[in-house]
Amino acid sequence: MSSVQTGAPLLSVRDLKVHFRVKRGGWGKEPAVVHAVDGVSFDVQRGRTMAIVGESGSGKTTTALSVMRLAPITQGSIHFNGVDITAMEGEALRKQRRHLQLVFQDPYSSLNPRQRAGDIVRTPLILMGIGTPAEQKEKVNELFRLVGLREEQQLLFPHQFSGGQRQRLNVARALATDPQLIVCDEPVSALDIAIRAQILNLLRRIQRERGQSFLFISHDMAVVEHICDDIAVMYLGQVVEQASREAFFSRPLHPYSVALMSAVPTVSGGREKAANRIKLTGDPPSPINPPYGCRFAGRCPAVQDLCRQEPPRLREVLPGHKVACHFVAADGNDVKAPLDGRQAFGIKEQAA
Amino acid sequence: MSGMNSVAAAPEPLLRVDRLSVEFAGRKGVAPVLNDVSFEVAAGETVCLVGESGCGKSMTALAIMRLIPEPGRINTGVIQLRGADLAKYSVPEMRRIRGNKISMIFQEPMTALNPVYTVGDQICEPLRLHQGLSREEARTRAIDILRSVEIPAPERRIDEYPHQLSGGMRQRVMIAMALACDPDVLIADEPTTALDVTVQAQIFDLLRAQQQRRGTAIVMITHDMGAVSEMSDRVVVMYGGRVVEEGLTSEILESPKHPYTVGLIACLPELDPAPSLDRPDLPEIPGVVPSVWQRGVGCPFADRCTRVMPKCRQDFPPAFQTGPTQKVSCWLYEEQS
Repeated sequence: MSSVQTGAPLLSVRDLKVHFRVKRGGWGKEPAVVHAVDGVSFDVQRGRTMAIVGESGSGKTTTALSVMRLAPITQGSIHFNGVDITAMEGEALRKQRRHLQLVFQDPYSSLNPRQRAGDIVRTPLILMGIGTPAEQKEKVNELFRLVGLREEQQLLFPHQFSGGQRQRLNVARALATDPQLIVCDEPVSALDIAIRAQILNLLRRIQRERGQSFLFISHDMAVVEHICDDIAVMYLGQVVEQASREAFFSRPLHPYSVALMSAVPTVSGGREKAANRIKLTGDPPSPINPPYGCRFAGRCPAVQDLCRQEPPRLREVLPGHKVACHFVAADGNDVKAPLDGRQAFGIKEQAA
Repeated sequence: MSGMNSVAAAPEPLLRVDRLSVEFAGRKGVAPVLNDVSFEVAAGETVCLVGESGCGKSMTALAIMRLIPEPGRINTGVIQLRGADLAKYSVPEMRRIRGNKISMIFQEPMTALNPVYTVGDQICEPLRLHQGLSREEARTRAIDILRSVEIPAPERRIDEYPHQLSGGMRQRVMIAMALACDPDVLIADEPTTALDVTVQAQIFDLLRAQQQRRGTAIVMITHDMGAVSEMSDRVVVMYGGRVVEEGLTSEILESPKHPYTVGLIACLPELDPAPSLDRPDLPEIPGVVPSVWQRGVGCPFADRCTRVMPKCRQDFPPAFQTGPTQKVSCWLYEEQS
C-alpha cells in the first residue's frame, strides 16, 4: 500500500477556491458568497490513498466535486497526470473523465433503478468506446468477480441488491474504464457497520492488486486511519493539517484535529475518554462570512489574541507534516503544540 | 465503571419488556418482526439496543411507545412501566403516557420537528396537555428547559422555527421536548447519527447530565459500538428480531460471546495512537441481515455465522448464562452454563 513515491503526483490541486453566490447584491450591497472551498492545496500520489476529513460544511465534498470538474472552480488549478484540467471543456474533458471516476456516498440514488446491473457497469465502456462488445462483456464479468459479485447477478436490477452489494456495483462501475484516480465521497457512511468492513477491505484489495490511487472523502476518523496513506483535515473550506498517516495519527498537532479525534467515541475509550474529552462548544461558523484570522478561533480551546488578528498559514513544521496554527512550533524534532496530541485518544495530559 | 454497576443491580426495574412479539400481517402471510424480546431498564440506567438495520431495534422502541405502524401489532408480551402493562392500554390511556412518562427522540431532528410551528409551540404542547399549564406558565417553563439543554439565548430561540436552527440545536430542541414533562423513560433512536462527531459529543454530555439530574432511564438505539461504550451501562444485542446477547457493557465489550456480537465489535476500525504499518484486513461478517421472510426456524444468524452447527438451523437457543449478568442465546454456550 505504501509504495515508494516516485515522480510527479497523479493529482495536484493548488490554491483551489470554490465560491458560490447565494443572494444577489442589491444597490450598494455585496452579494452573499459561500466560501465553500477557500484556498486548498494537496497532492495525490500514485498508488496511494489521500483522505480528506472534516465535518459537514468543511468543504470536503465540494473539493472532491471540483477535482471531478463537477463544481464551478472560482480560482486555483487542478493538474491531473501533468495536464491542467482546471478550465478544460467539452470532448477533451470527457476524455479525461475516463481516467477519473467517482464513487458516491448513497448507493441507492447513484444507480439507475431501470438499468440492469451488468449494463450499469458496461455503460462507461460504451460511452468511452472501449473494446468490442465481446471484450466489454468479458471486462464486465471480470469486474463482477473483482468486486465480489456473481456473474449471474448482472441481470438483476439495483433494487434487488443489498446496500453493500450496491456499493460494490458502484465500485465496479468506477473501475470499468481503468481510471487512474477514483474519488470516493463517503463511500461507507450510508452502509451498516458490518457491511462497512466489507467495502473497506474491497477498496484496499483493489489498491494492493492494481495499484489504484484513491481520493477518499470522509468524516469518520477511524475509517480514515484504516484506509488512508496521507491525510488532510479541513475546517470551513481550508486545510488545517496535512501529513502522512503515521505522522498524523501518532501525533495530531492542530487543535482542531486533536479535538475532532477526541470527539470520536471508541470501544476501548468508553466513559473515560468521554470524561477527558476536549469539549468544543457550538457549531462551525457559517461559510458565508468566515471569521477573519484563524477560522477555528471561535471554538478553539487554546485561542489567543493573535489567532483573531492574523490568519495562520499552512506551513511545514516537520518534514511532510503541515499545520495551519500560529502556536505549533518545531525545533528540530521537538514540536510544541497548543493541545497535547495524546488527548485525541482520551489520554489525560501529563502534568509538566 | 464500578459505580454504574450498582445502578444496574437495582432491584426494581422501571421498564420491563417481557417476551414481546410483534408481527406484521401482509399479503405474503404473517411476518414475525420481533420474537420474544425481553429486557429491563432501571431508573438512572442507560441500556443500549445494538444491531444492524433490520434487526428490530427501532421496532422495539416503537412497540414500547405503542406506535407500531399498521398492519403491525403486538402479538404477545408485556411492556411494564412501573408495574402497569402498557401493551394493554387503550389509545386514550396511551396518549397520556406518551411524551409524559415515556418520551422518544428520533434520529433525524429535521423531520421529527414540525416545520410550521415554532420551537416554543412544540415544547409547550406536552406541558399544556399533560400538566395543564397555562400559556404563560408553559412558555416560562419552556424557556427554562431550553436553557437546561444549553441553547444560547433561549428567550429568542423559543420563537424561531426548526429551519432556523442548526442540526445540533434541533436535536437539543428534540431533547427539550422529550424531557419537558420529566419522563421516567427516554427512548433515543440513533439520536446522533445525523450529527457531526463534535456535536455528537455535546449531545451525549447533555443526555448524561440530564440523566444524572433527573434519574431518567434511557433506552438508546445505536449501531456505533463506540457510543455504546461511552453511554451505556448495559447492552442488549439484537439480531433478526431477537435478543441474542445481553449483559453489562464492560462484559459485552471485553468478552463478547455471541458470534454476531464478536463480529460487530471486531469489524469496526478503531482510532489507534500507534498506527501500524501493516494493516490487516478488517474481519468481515459475510452476507447481510435476512429479511423477515427469510428468517425461518432456528437461529436467524445461522447463515452468516462462521461457527454454525446443524442444531442452529433447527431451534433458536435459549439464553445461557455465561457471566454474572451476561446471557447469550447461542448453542455454543450450551455446555458452559
